[in-house]
Amino acid sequence: MAEPLTKADVTKVAHLARLKLTDVELDLFTTQLGQVLGYVDLLSELNTDDVPPMAHVADIANVFREDELKPSLPRAASLSNAPKTDGKFFVVPQILEDA
Amino acid sequence: MPHGFVCRESCFELVMPLSLQMPLPMTSAVELLGQLERGETTAVALTEASLTTIQSRDSQIGAFLSTNADAALAQAKAIDDRRRSGQPVGKLAGLPIAIKDNMCTMGLKTTCASRMLQNFVPPYDAHVIEQLKTADAVIVGKTNLDEFAMGSSTENSAFQVTRNPWSLEHTVGGSSGGSAAAVAANMTSVSLGSDTGGSIRQPAGFCGVVGLKPTYGRVSRYGLVAYASSLDQIGPFATDVASAALLLEVIAGHDGRDSTSVDRPVPAYSATVDQPLANLRVGIAKEHFVEGLDPEVEAATRKALDVYRSLGAEIVELSLPHSKYAIATYYLIAASEASSNLARYDGVHYGHRAAEFSNMIDMYSASRGEGFGAEVKRRIMLGNYSLSAGYYDAYYLKALKVRRLIRNDFDAAFAKCDVIASPIASTPAFKLGALVNDPLAMYLSDIYTISANLAGIPGISIPCGLSSAGLPIGLQLQAGPFEEDKLLRAARMFERAS
Repeated sequence: MAEPLTKADVTKVAHLARLKLTDVELDLFTTQLGQVLGYVDLLSELNTDDVPPMAHVADIANVFREDELKPSLPRAASLSNAPKTDGKFFVVPQILEDA
Repeated sequence: MPHGFVCRESCFELVMPLSLQMPLPMTSAVELLGQLERGETTAVALTEASLTTIQSRDSQIGAFLSTNADAALAQAKAIDDRRRSGQPVGKLAGLPIAIKDNMCTMGLKTTCASRMLQNFVPPYDAHVIEQLKTADAVIVGKTNLDEFAMGSSTENSAFQVTRNPWSLEHTVGGSSGGSAAAVAANMTSVSLGSDTGGSIRQPAGFCGVVGLKPTYGRVSRYGLVAYASSLDQIGPFATDVASAALLLEVIAGHDGRDSTSVDRPVPAYSATVDQPLANLRVGIAKEHFVEGLDPEVEAATRKALDVYRSLGAEIVELSLPHSKYAIATYYLIAASEASSNLARYDGVHYGHRAAEFSNMIDMYSASRGEGFGAEVKRRIMLGNYSLSAGYYDAYYLKALKVRRLIRNDFDAAFAKCDVIASPIASTPAFKLGALVNDPLAMYLSDIYTISANLAGIPGISIPCGLSSAGLPIGLQLQAGPFEEDKLLRAARMFERAS
């Protein structure tokens, strides 16, 4: 399965991951991630056709609780670490064109 | 003058200047709590001693990212007042403790050693912090780690490198390196770390202290900043097994805010830890003694097995046939989960926001590009890649299947033995800078610890000797799910006999 990882692949993944990379990082990560992918290819030698995937080790599933009103963080506390706020909301750059 | 204070002060005189061949003789948490109870020392004296030791030694070690001096001293004074007036106090009343800086502490900065969270002050406490506060433990500071707990040497911190108290040119291991060093350098007698692939056990081994990763689900992860949610688990560092048992007893237990927290009673680990196990069967896996294992580490491990033999234990040879696939499996699963967990850092709700950007998407990318360090970026991209269309089956899904095979190996092994003994790492602590520029080599250094996280089982690291260079060597014991009681008792048997 392993075709060599290209700079274009890394650029695409970095965009999907919303990571702005420098040119130096792009070169470095292309090499390093290529090495890691080459290594994890080791798994392909195992036949796992009949093995069910294990997403989780805990012997529990579907933990439900009552849908009831409970106190939550006050607004001021929720906003206390926001990079930009007007005291009521998180403030973000405009995402829609002017009407 | 209170006894605990005298000991710490005279010890620190001895080691100035700091050219540590051997760290200080350490007083255990259990012993300090006894002194507190008998009135031989006070919470204020212990807290002052801890803060003084940090102040005098941490410029060379770099274990702490922040200290909590004023609040800690005020809390210590309140605890002393309550004890003096005969009011009830908690199980750890007056005991100074250090916390890895990826657990939320209300009002106290929690940075994950990342520029992303450099100024983050949590508005709530993690479950384990609530438990510690209820027990009247005194939080003296937050310790260094690899950024977001991603690393095996604590060199990936955005702020500082932590140096090994046994040799300042060597790493402390990671990612909970600050918490391990804090105990090894006698700054606190106990601390908390988190372990996703060995991040408690490996630094404990490198620093010559005890470190325990509990069963997945034993301790609530509420308020632990998420790295890989199906693998992360919080656990204690201590100078000795009994103190680790006591700390686990305080932090374990069900918490409805973590849906993977398991609702089963917490045994009184500290009450049983001194009881030796009759007919103990210690398993050794042939896959753990292969090429690449340092001869001194192998010799120390085999000597530990002789100690168990002399205690009447039976040594059982067994096999964990899928061991060699553990690292590949781990890095695919951990990176995939990390890519999802770290998507929350968007420069909107909390964390770093870039000063300059052209639009919303660019704001995300610039903020994350500036806020995250190289290892975090690598893991996010590896995770995104292995989850992406066309690669999901070959990477992520494949890893989940191999994870089951690894768990099955352990289930079969524990049908034949009570605990599995192995090295904690192939070598003693490596030198600073030795692996940090070779991510794959760094990943491979986790070979002995990583399977326990994939299988969800508990593991403990206990000191079992020194290398010829004077560096600690750690012995790992692993047990079946929720068998911490057995694990701690088996560890204590060795500790007492060695």
